[in-house]
Amino acid sequence: MNTLYSALISLTVLLLMTTVSMAAPARVASMNVCTEQLALMLGAKSQLISVTHLATDTRMSSVAELAADLPVNRGRAEEVYLLKPDLVLAGQYTAIEGVEMLRRLGIDVVVFDIANTFEAMRENLIKMGEVLGRRAEAQDLLATLDAQLAALPAISDDAPRAALYYANGYTSGTNALSHEILTRAGFRNIAAELGLEWGGMLSLEQLVMADPDAIILGQKYPGSSRSEDILDHPVLNHLKAKLPQTVISDSDWVCGTPNIIHAIDRLIDLRRQIESQ
Amino acid sequence: MTKLLFSLCVLVLTLFVTSLLVGPADIGVMQSLSALFATEQTPVSQVMQQIRLPRAILGVMVGLSLGLAGAALQGLLRNPLAEPGVIGVSAASALGAVLALQTGFAVATSLALPLSALVGAAVAVVLILLLAGRHGSSITLILAGVAISALSTAMTSLVLNLSPNPFAASEIMFWMMGSLADRSFDHVGLVLPVMVVGWLLLLSTVKSLNALSLGEDVASSLGVRLSLTRWSILIGAAAAVGASTAVAGAIGFIGLVVPHVLRRWVGHQPGALLPASALGGAALLLAADIAVRVVLPGKDLKLGVVMAIIGAPLFLHLIIRTRRGQL
Repeated sequence: MNTLYSALISLTVLLLMTTVSMAAPARVASMNVCTEQLALMLGAKSQLISVTHLATDTRMSSVAELAADLPVNRGRAEEVYLLKPDLVLAGQYTAIEGVEMLRRLGIDVVVFDIANTFEAMRENLIKMGEVLGRRAEAQDLLATLDAQLAALPAISDDAPRAALYYANGYTSGTNALSHEILTRAGFRNIAAELGLEWGGMLSLEQLVMADPDAIILGQKYPGSSRSEDILDHPVLNHLKAKLPQTVISDSDWVCGTPNIIHAIDRLIDLRRQIESQ
Repeated sequence: MTKLLFSLCVLVLTLFVTSLLVGPADIGVMQSLSALFATEQTPVSQVMQQIRLPRAILGVMVGLSLGLAGAALQGLLRNPLAEPGVIGVSAASALGAVLALQTGFAVATSLALPLSALVGAAVAVVLILLLAGRHGSSITLILAGVAISALSTAMTSLVLNLSPNPFAASEIMFWMMGSLADRSFDHVGLVLPVMVVGWLLLLSTVKSLNALSLGEDVASSLGVRLSLTRWSILIGAAAAVGASTAVAGAIGFIGLVVPHVLRRWVGHQPGALLPASALGGAALLLAADIAVRVVLPGKDLKLGVVMAIIGAPLFLHLIIRTRRGQL
């Protein structure tokens, strides 16, 4: 009997401790442009004490307006440490040295994987809801997204063929988030036809020869670069002129957040235009 | 001499056609060549007319410019090491081009980009003339070149690192090594006027360079206007190299390799070396551009890498020969 009591007591203590440690962190710093978007979409602005300098960039963040007037960091361990955060949100590709250093200094760092699929995005959102103490908000967001996804028009057998084309002639393959956005909107990705499962370089010649029905181009950044010159190449302009509309892969495409639904909606408009031709 | 120029022309033409037939898109020989003249817009005709043709034409133009500028600078400085890449002229024009692109000056007018590269190149040539002098030894020439090259490359990297564009910094490689990938007729049109002025200025010095090889006093007594020759080569080389670098990045060694190989075929006449080096440069650049597409298709191997592999052993050969000459 004694053992049972002590076991029960220790269980209660354990549960109490977990609840205490699970109390919502009040000072959260984000070192990744995708993690802060998830946090902001969960309504956690009051918990955030710092976001990356990209958080207010409308090219990178689909919720840039929510991040207005939040202090920014440039992802350096020292500046984040000095903010004395309870919790740091980092991405898989956040500088590993910085993350390790913060952990050595006793700071709680939660690392989120890159979401290459809708499924991975769901997991990230649930995980974010848990670490920020906003489980209900996460479930609400997912329920809304699921309803929106379920309401999408059916995919036709003769799906139009689309090309994803970014700076440097880079394209995304079948295991990228943008591929799933494309396919959910009822398009086929020409990278799959060309055997580029992992994405990679798609030469202008191959793109022109593939003769896609739609083209989704990478967005341009200020300043100038030879890498982006390719997006204005005469053959691409010729291709754009033939097609009903060119979609730009904007901030809704960058990170795995529920805002991918906006990217899908725009593609569905485009599909309707193509199919009505 | 005429025979040499004729065979070089045939070589350039052969390589030009070969360049048109090489590419990632699998198109048959006859189909490609007929698509070149097709009037209807098919994917094949687009590839041939808008991707491969401008690339091959730029290859000829850039090779021509670098070969010609190399031969002329070597004639003026009477030093076989005076090559745009080695003495820092290419690196300085890259700096000029990068500054024009990143400040937005290049968008202002179409000539802004090649002209900015020209200014960069001209500054480097003037510095070389001041630092190494007309009678300077190879050592001072090379040292001055290394200094100008290092400073220009560092400044180029700095400007690209400061750019708000996330891709700019990764393009330091392009500006140092050069590539003709994904260029279009826009680029051909952009640099052609500046290049043609450069070519004409350089070719106008053929006779003076021959006279100059007999020494400056003899040349003056033969009626050569030395300052005119010097200015023509300075501006001509700056225009040719600057325009090339503005669209293709800094491609080294062409001006070193080509005159070196061709010198004995023109009877060591520096003037006669000019047209021969121009054609030889075009042939070598086309060959290198074919090689980058055949060896590593889809990787955009930089032209400068191939040129350095060909050029560096020759550089060593020159050093050994120079040392033997001194003994």
